[in-house]
Order: sequence, then structure tokens, then C-alpha cells
Amino acid sequence: MSLIRILKTIFMIDFLTGLIMAIKEIFKPKKTINYPFEKGVISPRARGEHALRRYPNGEERCIACKLCEAVCPAQAITIESSERKDGSRKTTRYDIDMLKCIYCGLCEESCPVDAIVQGPNFEFATETREELYYNKEKLLENGDRWENILAANINADSSHR
Amino acid sequence: MTELFIFFEQIYRIMFLLIPVLVSVAMIVWLDRRVWAFVQKRRGPNVVGPFGLFQTLADALKYIFKEIIIPASSNKVIFILAPIVTMTLALIAWAVIPFSESYVLADINVGVLYLFAVSSLGVYGIIMGGWASNSKYPFLGAIRSAAQMVSYEVSIGVIIINVLLCVGSLNLSDIVLAQEDLWFVIPLFPMFIIFFISALAETNRPPFDLPEAEAELVAGYQTEYSGMMYAMFWLGEYANILLMCAMGSILFLGGWLSPIDVFPFNVIPAPIWLILKILFLFILFALIKAIVPRYRYDQLMKLGWKIFLPFSLIYVVLTASFLMYFDLLPGQ
Repeated sequence: MSLIRILKTIFMIDFLTGLIMAIKEIFKPKKTINYPFEKGVISPRARGEHALRRYPNGEERCIACKLCEAVCPAQAITIESSERKDGSRKTTRYDIDMLKCIYCGLCEESCPVDAIVQGPNFEFATETREELYYNKEKLLENGDRWENILAANINADSSHR
Repeated sequence: MTELFIFFEQIYRIMFLLIPVLVSVAMIVWLDRRVWAFVQKRRGPNVVGPFGLFQTLADALKYIFKEIIIPASSNKVIFILAPIVTMTLALIAWAVIPFSESYVLADINVGVLYLFAVSSLGVYGIIMGGWASNSKYPFLGAIRSAAQMVSYEVSIGVIIINVLLCVGSLNLSDIVLAQEDLWFVIPLFPMFIIFFISALAETNRPPFDLPEAEAELVAGYQTEYSGMMYAMFWLGEYANILLMCAMGSILFLGGWLSPIDVFPFNVIPAPIWLILKILFLFILFALIKAIVPRYRYDQLMKLGWKIFLPFSLIYVVLTASFLMYFDLLPGQ
């Protein structure tokens, strides 16, 4: 060990530098946010809770093409469809098992009519597993609830599609 | 009737000491987490109560309602006894801490020895916990902690001899009063530093928290504990840290004495000064926790036996010779 090194060890120079730095850091602005009270910025591409959207006239967008069901790598989506009275093909059942879902976003990508989308909501924890087996009503309700943000997000991302 | 009266008076006095100590332990846990968070530019606990002050109480409540799991292969009596021993030992030592000239629970004339004995016994709680768990991580943690605490107690003992040489009494109040002209931190500054570092090792604080090194030993001797028993270990640990801070401020920082004897300072009541000094030392503890990496075990032992022990022994000789030569020995 060189003499300087020994002196540095005896007088704990490195330690004192660290201590002074730590004291300086205390008075700097915080990097974290008060999470439940203030929230961070979420990208329009964020892949959160699923939602089924409607057209502005109230008609469901989903045409039961089952592309999302086919593409889903976790096989979390189950769709059953039938012909409606007016001759259009619509889903009679659209279930997503949110516990199987890996939030990859492939369903959203595959959808030709932007019906199934992943919204910005990531705070949908529940107390039981059963509550996370989403059915069509729940997904449509989500769509109605988040429609403004969902439309804005799709619009913001449209130039990249 | 008089016996009963004395009995209740004593109970009252003990409660008057214990409850503030327990409350301040809760506050100190909050302070520790808060300082740690602030150094890392986080916010720390700030939701429960004003500035998150009641976070520890919330945690304690949570621990009370949790299930206590006793491993099937453990030695149940000792397993249950261990946290109780830790907690009790951490609290009984407070009996001799003088908060002012008159306010001390037990003004015994071997206060330092008593403190030293109680803090040495503290290792038993950890060994018992680690051994009775009958599991490898607690056992390794307990062995480490036993070796560590014993090693650093040796140097703390020698450091205390330094102070005692300057005072000539083992009574803690006498030690404080002997510092009226000059706090011992000035003539014995290197000893203060070594005492502080040894106190870190003695209370298993980072950078010497090897007994509970989570990366290697899960949680050391606390691994098998849950619920209130874990909370008692944890309260005992913080009470011990607080005790070490109190010991440091009494031995080196002039206990309840105000730093200078001028107007705004000497009207502040004595216990406040002691509390401020304890807080100062504790904030240092917390800052150190945030900035230093953990020591390797051989480095820890080397530091204790090869550096601190010889250095403090040499300093004892120096202090004694100095006092002899200038005829400053107390009690003459």
C-alpha cells in the first residue's frame, strides 16, 4: 500500500466523502412519486386491462372473426359466435381469462376493426380469482368506461400502424 | 401499606421510563427508514399519520395479527424465549441511563459495568434464536453474530477503560459530570470513532449486518420467526441501537450537558440535550446504513482483532501515561 492510501484509510477520506455526498442527496428533489395519490405518465401504447369497443352509434365493433383467439399465445380468449337476426355475425360469448393473459398485445394488433384493445388501466386487482375471468359484459363495460382515452390512444398511435 | 406504596411508585417510575423508550423505538424505526429513503432520493413511509410517523405502529399492529409459526423440529421453549430475552435485555439496560442529574431510574455506582454486562448478554437472544430454530440459515447467522459481538465487545471494553481512566468512577452520572469542562470526544476522538464503529458491529447494523445478510442467509437468526416474535426481535434490535447511541453520548458527548454554557442553551432542559445527542448519533447510524456496502466476514474479524483491539490498547497506555505524567489522575 502506498503512503497516500494508508493515510486515506486512517483518516477515512473515502468514507467521509461518501457521507457528505449522502447528506447532500437528502436535500435534493425526490425521484419517486406518491404513487396512489399521483401517477406517472403512461404511454398511449401501454398494454393494460382489456376492453371491447363500440362504434359511436352503440353497435359492437367485434365481428367475431376469432383472429385474437387464434393469435393469443396463452390461449386466454374464448369466443363463440352466431348469426344475429339482422344477418350480421356477432359474438355470443367473449371471455378473457386475465390470469392466463400475458399482456403481449397480439390480440389488439390482430384485430381488424380495433374492437379488442388494451387500455391504460393497470389497477384492476381483485380479491378472488373468479373476478378476473372477464366476460363480454365486463369487457364492453370497460370499453364504455375508457372509450375517450382508448380512442385518443389509437389516434395518437395511428401513424405508426 | 408502605410496601405497596413503594411497589407502585417503582412501577410508575419504570413505566415512565419504558413507555417513552418504546415509543421512541417506534419513532426511530420510522426515522431510520426515512433517512435511508432520503439518501436514495425516495420518499420513504409518508402515508400513515403525519409524515408517516405512525408507520411503525401500523407495522406492529400487522405483526400482532399475524400467525406465529413455530417450526416442528425446533426447540420450542428456547425458540419462544429468544425474542423475549432480546427484548428484555434491550430494555433493562435503560435503567441506568441518566437523563439528567436527578432523573435516573437506578443510580448504581457500577453503571458502566451493568450496561456492558447487559449488552454482552444480548448475544444470547440471537444464539438461542438461531440454535432453537434448528435450520441452517438461522444457525449460521447465530454463529456469525456470536463471533462478531464477542470480538467487538472486547474493543468496546478497552475503549470504556479509556473513559474510566479519565473519570475515576463507574457511575454514569459521574462520567457525565466529569465532562463539564471538556467532552471526552475531544481528547479521546480516535476512541470515539472506534466506539462508534464497534457499536455498529455490536448492534448488527450495516456495514456489519452479517448475521442477517439477506443475500446469503435469508434473514439470519430471524428466518424462522414470524408475527409478534419477529416484531420483538426487531424492537429489541432497535432498542439496542438506541441504547448504544445513548451510551456513546454519555461516554463521549457529555450526556445531558449543553454544549456551551450560554443563555439560549443552558435553559433547555437536560433530558432534551441527551435526546438530541442520541438522535444525532442515530442519524449517523442511518446515514451509514445507506452509504456503505456490507463487510466480508474475514474483513470484519480482521478489523476487530487486528486493528481496533491493538489500537485501543495502545491508546489506553497513552491515556494512562498522559494522566500520570501531568498528574491529572482523578480521585487524588
